[in-house]
Amino acid sequence: MLKTFPKGGIHPPENKITSSKGIKRMTVPKMVTVPIAQHIGIPAEIVVDKKDKVEIGQVIAKSGGFVSSNIHSPVAGTVTKIDQIIDLSGYKKQCIVIRTDAKNEANFEEKEYSLITEIQLDPKEIVQRISDYGVVGLGGATFPSHVKLNVKEGVKLDYLIINGVECEPYLTADHRLMLEKTAEIIVGIKILMKALHIEKAVIGIENNKKDAIKQFKELTKNESGIQVAALQVKYPQGGEKQLVRAILGREVPKNGLPLDVGVIVNNVGTIFAVYEAVQHNKPLMERVVTVTGKKMENPSNFWVKIGTPIKDLIAEVGGLPDGTRKLVNGGPMMGKAIKNTDVPVTKGTSGILVISEEEASRGKAENCIRCGECVTVCPMGLEPHLLMNLSEKGMYEKASSEDIMTCIECGSCSYVCPSHRPLLDYIRYGKNIVKKLETSKN
Amino acid sequence: MSQPIIISASPHVHSAKTSKKVMYDVVIALIPAFLVSLYVFGISALILTAVAVASCLLFEYLIQKYLLKSEITIGDGSALITGILLAFNLPAGLPIWMILVGSLVAIGIGKMSFGGLGFNIFNPALVGRVFLLVSFPVQMTMWPTAVENNTSIADAVTGATPLGLIKEGLMFGDTMTNISANLPSTMEMFLGISGGSIGEMSALALLLGGIYLLARKVITWHIPVTIIVTMAVMTGIFWVIDPESYASPLIHILSGGAILGAFYMATDMVTSPMTRKGMLIFAVGIAVITVVIRLFGAYPEGVSFAILIINAFVPLINTYFKPRRFGSKIKSKIV
Amino acid sequence: MTDSVLYSVLLLASLGIIAAVVLYVVSKKFYVYENPLIADVDEILPGANCAGCGSPGCKSFAERLVGSEDISDLFCPVGGNDVMKEVAAILGKEVVERDPTVAVLRCQGGCDVRPKTTEYQGPRTCAISAMIYSGETDCQYGCLGDGDCVKVCQFDAMYMDEATGLPVIITDKCTSCGACVEECPRDIIEMRPKNKRDLKIFVGCLNEDKGGIAKKACDVACIGCSKCEDICPKDAITMENQLAYIDAGLCTLCRKCVEVCPTHSIIETNFPPKKPKKVVEKKTVVKKVVKKVEVEKVEAEKVAVVKKEAVVKVELEKSKKDA
Repeated sequence: MLKTFPKGGIHPPENKITSSKGIKRMTVPKMVTVPIAQHIGIPAEIVVDKKDKVEIGQVIAKSGGFVSSNIHSPVAGTVTKIDQIIDLSGYKKQCIVIRTDAKNEANFEEKEYSLITEIQLDPKEIVQRISDYGVVGLGGATFPSHVKLNVKEGVKLDYLIINGVECEPYLTADHRLMLEKTAEIIVGIKILMKALHIEKAVIGIENNKKDAIKQFKELTKNESGIQVAALQVKYPQGGEKQLVRAILGREVPKNGLPLDVGVIVNNVGTIFAVYEAVQHNKPLMERVVTVTGKKMENPSNFWVKIGTPIKDLIAEVGGLPDGTRKLVNGGPMMGKAIKNTDVPVTKGTSGILVISEEEASRGKAENCIRCGECVTVCPMGLEPHLLMNLSEKGMYEKASSEDIMTCIECGSCSYVCPSHRPLLDYIRYGKNIVKKLETSKN
Repeated sequence: MSQPIIISASPHVHSAKTSKKVMYDVVIALIPAFLVSLYVFGISALILTAVAVASCLLFEYLIQKYLLKSEITIGDGSALITGILLAFNLPAGLPIWMILVGSLVAIGIGKMSFGGLGFNIFNPALVGRVFLLVSFPVQMTMWPTAVENNTSIADAVTGATPLGLIKEGLMFGDTMTNISANLPSTMEMFLGISGGSIGEMSALALLLGGIYLLARKVITWHIPVTIIVTMAVMTGIFWVIDPESYASPLIHILSGGAILGAFYMATDMVTSPMTRKGMLIFAVGIAVITVVIRLFGAYPEGVSFAILIINAFVPLINTYFKPRRFGSKIKSKIV
Repeated sequence: MTDSVLYSVLLLASLGIIAAVVLYVVSKKFYVYENPLIADVDEILPGANCAGCGSPGCKSFAERLVGSEDISDLFCPVGGNDVMKEVAAILGKEVVERDPTVAVLRCQGGCDVRPKTTEYQGPRTCAISAMIYSGETDCQYGCLGDGDCVKVCQFDAMYMDEATGLPVIITDKCTSCGACVEECPRDIIEMRPKNKRDLKIFVGCLNEDKGGIAKKACDVACIGCSKCEDICPKDAITMENQLAYIDAGLCTLCRKCVEVCPTHSIIETNFPPKKPKKVVEKKTVVKKVVKKVEVEKVEAEKVAVVKKEAVVKVELEKSKKDA
């Protein structure tokens, strides 16, 4: 039996159409729109002006506080505009628009770096480098990595877990990265192990990526500290708490972090970004994005510059298929529907999913038939039907005592509900209100 | 793009399972039992089922349209199931007006008065059945037995259910050995040639449907298996102590509404608990009450009463048997 | 026979007496003194428990009124000045008279003038759709049209207009309790003074985008052209974030700004009609005006640039002088 987490979880159709498609480098876009809020926390502060010339990799927005991150120009060019533009949140946010310099275009051809395995920096320098080069969690939450690595003294860590689960249907960005950059990721793991003074690391990969498991096993044969854990395919195994439970059998306490059980979790994409930042002085300014959809002509995986408008990506795979009704940033379970194709790719964009008419429409919400499916699948042991009712009726204190705040918003409950009830919609709303109430109390 | 892009909150994909499909799966699962009842009771079983289903749908329509003035949802299959289950719990040959009364009570009082699908506390079909049972005890316990030419109910001979025979016999101080002589054989009970409500004839047919429901993941094993095992254990204990005064577990499980109740009535999603833990407690409760009624109560059969009684406790079970919250107790320690 | 009757009568009577004694003792023991004034004040208050005063209900507001020395900052918007005067008379305290206010909707973006560019699927409440994104139209400031304000109104003073998809406030029923103002995630409902005959002039738009973008999203958006600011004789109009705001305290209801507004985003209510206008004609007028506006806007921007330069010059000179 392969390892997995014990409570709840679902198995939606995988639809990993692009898992055999190698990562292609996307042509450099003519314009990039770089939002200054690409990470969780305080937005970065803009340090360039309109009409400024910027170099590739130049800092264009500086970290705005402790939980914040630097943002680098993904291209060489001229700042044409600093304006409010609709980003992934669906609202207009401050963005820096840069026009790519046509003359410099030749310089953009990415050099193929040779693998550097020796780690020269000491732990403090590593964290500083990661902070300077704007590395954030690429799994989707985009939490600034240097903050995560800045572990308080006295906290004992014994395991580094690398999240290569990619449990979201459709997405294959991490899968491809693991296949194509295996050696680099292993160096990245060692860098983090050095930075955190951790002896043991486990790479968690779901069993639907057998080739990646095999490759990692082969390359880590002689590494005593690094193990590979093949996991049963189950959503949401990529959730930190579920992953720690699956691999180590440790349960992160309610409202706690993996740190509380001596574990730190990082996504493979983040590890690769760490490798590039530390070994090659390369800031985080591009990432792997899966562009996919059932009716898409030529779905594939791409190296994409941060700030590339989604329409450029879609053009690259042959345009929007007929009858497209929904565009999703990320996977179908936790991704966000986007308002138009001008929205730029950010550090957190793991995929662009194009959904057609038949799949896009939500069923009409009917009465709850109390089947208990939502309770069965909830990986956090919550009662979604109850939380939805409490939040709908405004009983936020009761919702809070029913642990609404521990919901990880994986969407399993909404996925299985046979009555198409908007469970997560209301739970998310309730969480928002409870959070507000709690902060106003303190 | 001709139509605007849709925006909605995640998740953007949904499972193919819908309430309607769940309901129609239950209907499909009931087909074998219905065929057996057709074979045994002939046209009267058809009339009974047709009247019950049609009247349930009609009453739901009328109540939604004229009383509640709400959206009409008779197409969702729930009233259809109520109708079928009600019919399955009635004896063949019941006067049509009584069936209508039963449907009205089942839909009107059992379901719509609570607010419709999903809000009812008690299983509607059982509410209707029990109402009829306590109001018209004579007609409700006139069990026509199988006849050769399955055409007219007039030819039917009124018999008693195996459980009724046992109860009566034991009351008059007879021993099980003597009573067993009059009972149909175990095989007959299993295949469905014994007196009783039209739906509880054949254990085999009901089990077939039950397996279908389990395979389609409409129900889980927790409720039916626990009910049957608990009943077997309880009646088994009494039988071992005194086989002359108590019927064997096999008779108890194969006769009466035990299997129909365990697979189709107790598993009704609306009126059963949400969690696995709750389901087990719910099922044990049903089994215990059923056995107590059968062995020590005035009625020969107690599944309907047992389910209705435990239905009332479901909200309580849901409140006290919650799933374990992730991270609420730390099992593992940092090495 | 007589015995049983006697017994039962005695039993019931004694039960009654025991219960009466228990009740008496309990009521004495657990008596809580309450200022009788609170009940008197509570009697006068409207009893709507709408929380428009800031207290959760009328009773607790009465307690606050009786309890606090100075009640000049307390006000019951539903009861208005009359009720407050009565309260003041009972308590012998001073109340400050306030102008009656009424809720107004600062958005005119109905379905016909503000095209929907996306379709929202999910629970139809403004609170949830506002959480997910900026709404079905390209205007992220205007009405979401899911009617949370209507649901929260206890006085039936609001309804959704199905033709426009916007809520409508029935001024006569509005008690200005402020529940809708609180509920609206977009803050498009404002309490404005209810003048005599309920004459009001206000900007029916909250779009802070630049003129062109605002106009593209909504035909009746405020494009921030400053024409109203320039024409206002009383300086009642201020521009901020490409958006005009009319200070009700300074406005004299001269209606000059209404005429000058190129996008008709300034709303006048209950004024006698100047010229009879037909609805059908209105639409074509709007379209014609649009073209004009664009020309005028360019000019206005030019003027603005010139102005800015002048200001800069003045400042430069100032700084030179200072040096």
